[in-house]
Amino acid sequence: MVLARREVGRESARGTAVRLLLMAVPLAFFGLFFAYPVAAIVGRGIKTDEGWQFGRIGEVLARPDIADVLWFTTWQAFASTALTLLIALPGAYVFARFEFPGKQLLRAVVTVPFVLPTVVVGTAFLALVGRGGLLDELWGVRLDTTVWAILLAHVFFNYAVVVRTVGGLWAQLDPRQEEAARVLGAGRFAAWRRVTLPALGPAVAAASLMVFLFTFTSFGVVQILGGPSYATLEVEVYRQTAQLLDLPTAAVLTMVQFVAVGLILGIHAWTVRRRETALRLVDPARTAHRPSGPGQRALLGGVLLTVALLIVAPLAVLVERSLDAPGGYGFGFYRALQDVGAGGGTFLVPPLEAIWNSLQYALAATAIALVIGGLAAAALTRRGGRFVRGFDALLMLPLGVSAVTVGFGFLITLDEPPLDLRTSWILVPLAQALVGVPFVVRTMLPVLRAVDGRLREAAAVLGASPLRAWREVDLPLVRRALLIAAGFAFAVSLGEFGATVFIARPDRPTLPVAVARLLGRAGEMNYGQAMALSTILMLVCAVSLLVLERLRPDKTSGEF
Amino acid sequence: MSTTKKFAGAALAAALGVATLSACGGGDAKGKSADGSGETPKSKTVTLVSHDSFNVTDTVLKEFEQQSGYTVKVLKSGDAGAALNQEILTKGSPRGDVFFGVDNTLLSRALDNGIFTPYEVKGLADVKPEYVLDKEHRVTPVDSGDICVNYDKAYFADKKIAPPQTLDDLVKPEYKNLLVTENAATSSPGLGFLLASVGKYGEEGWKDYWSKLKANGVEVVDGWEQAYNERFSGSAGGKKAKGDRPLVVSYASSPPVEVLYGEPQPAEAPTGVATGTCFRQVEFAGLLKGAKNEEGGKALLDFLVSKKFQEDMPLQMFVNPVVKDAKLPELFTKHGAVVEKPENVAPETIAKNREQWVKAWSSLVVK
Amino acid sequence: MTLLELAGVSVRFGERAVVDAVDLEVAEHEIVCVLGPSGSGKSTLLRVVAGLQPVSAGRVLLGGEDQARVPVHRRGVGLMFQDHQLFPHRDVGGNVSFGLRMRGSRRGFASGPGRGTYEARVAELLELVGLPGAQGRPVASLSGGEQQRVALARALAPSPRLLMLDEPLGQLDRGLRERLVVELRGLFSRLGTTVLAVTHDQGEAFALADRVVVMQEGRIAQAGTPLEVWQRPASEFVARFLGFENVIPAVVAGGAAATAWGKVRVPAGSPEGERRILIRPAGVVLAAAGLRCEVLARTFRGTHVALRLRPEAGPELEAECGLAGAPAVGERIAVAFAPAEVVVLPAA
Repeated sequence: MVLARREVGRESARGTAVRLLLMAVPLAFFGLFFAYPVAAIVGRGIKTDEGWQFGRIGEVLARPDIADVLWFTTWQAFASTALTLLIALPGAYVFARFEFPGKQLLRAVVTVPFVLPTVVVGTAFLALVGRGGLLDELWGVRLDTTVWAILLAHVFFNYAVVVRTVGGLWAQLDPRQEEAARVLGAGRFAAWRRVTLPALGPAVAAASLMVFLFTFTSFGVVQILGGPSYATLEVEVYRQTAQLLDLPTAAVLTMVQFVAVGLILGIHAWTVRRRETALRLVDPARTAHRPSGPGQRALLGGVLLTVALLIVAPLAVLVERSLDAPGGYGFGFYRALQDVGAGGGTFLVPPLEAIWNSLQYALAATAIALVIGGLAAAALTRRGGRFVRGFDALLMLPLGVSAVTVGFGFLITLDEPPLDLRTSWILVPLAQALVGVPFVVRTMLPVLRAVDGRLREAAAVLGASPLRAWREVDLPLVRRALLIAAGFAFAVSLGEFGATVFIARPDRPTLPVAVARLLGRAGEMNYGQAMALSTILMLVCAVSLLVLERLRPDKTSGEF
Repeated sequence: MSTTKKFAGAALAAALGVATLSACGGGDAKGKSADGSGETPKSKTVTLVSHDSFNVTDTVLKEFEQQSGYTVKVLKSGDAGAALNQEILTKGSPRGDVFFGVDNTLLSRALDNGIFTPYEVKGLADVKPEYVLDKEHRVTPVDSGDICVNYDKAYFADKKIAPPQTLDDLVKPEYKNLLVTENAATSSPGLGFLLASVGKYGEEGWKDYWSKLKANGVEVVDGWEQAYNERFSGSAGGKKAKGDRPLVVSYASSPPVEVLYGEPQPAEAPTGVATGTCFRQVEFAGLLKGAKNEEGGKALLDFLVSKKFQEDMPLQMFVNPVVKDAKLPELFTKHGAVVEKPENVAPETIAKNREQWVKAWSSLVVK
Repeated sequence: MTLLELAGVSVRFGERAVVDAVDLEVAEHEIVCVLGPSGSGKSTLLRVVAGLQPVSAGRVLLGGEDQARVPVHRRGVGLMFQDHQLFPHRDVGGNVSFGLRMRGSRRGFASGPGRGTYEARVAELLELVGLPGAQGRPVASLSGGEQQRVALARALAPSPRLLMLDEPLGQLDRGLRERLVVELRGLFSRLGTTVLAVTHDQGEAFALADRVVVMQEGRIAQAGTPLEVWQRPASEFVARFLGFENVIPAVVAGGAAATAWGKVRVPAGSPEGERRILIRPAGVVLAAAGLRCEVLARTFRGTHVALRLRPEAGPELEAECGLAGAPAVGERIAVAFAPAEVVVLPAA
């Protein structure tokens, strides 16, 4: 065993060359379509004719309104993360250890919010906690424009992150270890605390950090639910860039967010590495059982109720409104989507065309994300030095940079042949792929790493050339992961709104953009069609996630 | 800088190759844009850059294309503010030939940044002179629209109170806790309503007015969508969302739109306009400096103030024409409101004070 | 005729030589077993021959041709991995036919010979390894012994000119292992396969091999027939690796060795001077008079009893005696040494 590892280390001279070659394409992609535009727009903000104005950083940070933004961004992220863990950890346990009818469907359902555009979610969520929402009708509780609405919406969005990351591992922990502790005299709770919790610790930490990252950079939720009194860094960057064109302030804020996100990702990479320490994992199917006893049934009931209230209810309201057509419930709004020219002859967007556009863009974005992410994952498969780990984290950075920063960066960088892409349709899938790549890499990497290198050797000895060995061994083994990665990239691209809306595009709106436009107009048919389109988007996402559930490779935990 | 770019471009052609190749799965997505590069010398493409709300009837645009021999490519990106800022950023190397969508609140920013080339459109004589705000003709007015308080007719009929008509009415006790407006910092109608108060009460008086509004229970939400579709009791969306504010800051054209998209169309608009609360937005278009197809751009500008386009506009973008003889559709004349005396603030004054007004407004109303 | 020749082969990982100037020849139809403790470099040797491990120095010749520039998949050798490395996504038939498919398509059949061509061969091989009709079974459902057989069939299928086995029976239980060794030997001599195997288990090596090569820290410590190695270990390392513990420094002169256990007669013709001697347990016999010992432990070994003795002088001794008359623990006895079971080894 010792021998084998040394040999791999020895071979790394050739391996490094291959790795660098594989990495060249993703590196170029990120350099050109992420680092360069972002650096350019930040540079535009803090560099004048007299040179770099680093003094501005201090000036901006000293402003009380900016300090407020920083403070709010940070504390709401902490609070959201804590609340998400509190609510989702029991869910993670239930999904991991209990067997109940409809579990697969429910697991897909809780993931739907994650890939829905915030415009839709905001609307759906208001229907739950806003005036006249479900909570209001039942108990007279209203949370809109309070910070609670933001926190709860963050839980809504990130519930799946915890359930999938922590639950995925939990399901594979051998329950016999806890049993061993019990036999050795530990009480039920002590056994959990001393055996299971330490094993879960790194997964909990990783999930928390992802939730923290997503909530720290939250945009749509804060904008829609927070009302004008709350702004996160991301919202402020958007306002300073898109509305006020105050590039210096935007640049400083972007850098602050960048540093913060880099820090979060650094800690995340560190916990993930620790998580790779050997754990005794077993087939999840063996650890799940039907709940027994009043305690377990109550737990299951509690979790199901939480999911129903927090996740299913807002989505259900969306569906309800899409069906609440004039003249009674029915598919009136859906039918209206088809006849362009109905209701006065002026539809903003032929809605079915938007669906078709969305699918095309999402397919292109998925293809790009798969190529880039696949190459990156292949390059990262062989554990390398610090450099490679850094690259791993680098791929996640686009998740932490405002879409408007990237979009405006495109404008001032991709403006000369052969790369004058500013008016090309390809820019939309390119921007969407930036968000999709991290998901592809994170799905593929564990599976690729799990492929035993000696299987390749076995194939080689049996006469397979390196390429053939990859085709015969690696590809079949990672095919499912590849499909899952594609599915996630597809769903994320489909729901992507921020970058798409800022990129000048020939008039081919995507579904989320069409929904936003319909919502931006008065009139019952517009509103109803927005709901109908949102529902369609939600169903497409749900169906692709449900398909993914069936494809879930049994040995790797589906995580984010 | 430029050599770096070219080098980067060449070196990374491979990466892009992969991307483009794989993106071919996008099918005919390529078809519509391939013609838009504008680089081939014989290109007859003229590119219009605008915000997300731009819309024109296909047949109207086709007619222009046939008559002029140009193919029009329309690029939309973001809302009006974001779209203009993108043009300012790409000054000198614009993405298109004509930009449409600067309104009078942003006009000075556009002119100060010098992104437009002067051009006097054919048919300028037909444009109502009060809208021709730039005497150098760097921009040409295309449409106007009024931001006004809308009211829920049913609510006031039920309560047997007269709906408010003026800004002064809104601070009266009978309208306490009825109005919802938008964040002036992020929303265009929100800003318009603030400017209406500035126009009416002056650069000093408006703060006092807003203190009274606040005392009278005005609610502020971030965007028009929430205000109109969620909080307002008179709109179709708001009815479903059980909105309970019968007064909302919206557009004078909102009632006709409610009618148009009602199912079935109601005989009468469910909402009305308080015509004494309005701020008039005028939207302009201009020829971009560095346009690749200047001639085409000029032709397109001429088209934007042509009667054909002007009469198509109301039902496409729910705005009013700016040329004298353009006829309004029946929907507007029947359900729309005529705003005789909108409040007004000069673009230069707006440009100078905007940020500071918004800040003062925020700390007064929001915090 | 020599099929495989290693000449001065070294593999270094950094400073450490894992394989150090090894010369080795394997003749056609010969079964050679490399024996050594873990870390002795024997697995690396197989990887070198397969081309999976580049050499730091030396040459590998197969059929007289230098393999330096021949990639793994063109060497035409077979390798059975220690833990089999069956392809989890293919069934038994798919695993066995894998090599056939690779070779087939490489020879330039545009579409490769049809599946049918392989089927007969796969069936034949599964028959050979004692798993007839197992083609459709998923590999996950196989027991350890069955995996072993499938791995063997897979390695044999393309008829490699040299078959290499890495700890072929390592993971199996004892009974199965002993049975399989016999089967394997029969199979290889029937097929005339040339085999190079590595193992740490001397029993396995002796049962399987025509010739045994003992490795110590990357070098060859001894090579010879199993009998030669067993009877005449070349060094204390080999002796101890074979399980012998009665090794002691000695001064050999005039047909006898002076040791801490007293004078021990050595076989005629043994080298003289400062040496070490090995006394095999069978050579430590109960006697009326001689070295007096106390019995420390007694282990029943089926055909005999192994004793652990504490002599009045010198280190502890291992002895064997018959089932009848074996002394009890704590009993005091005397032992003498049989010269035939004494081997003179080089000094440490």
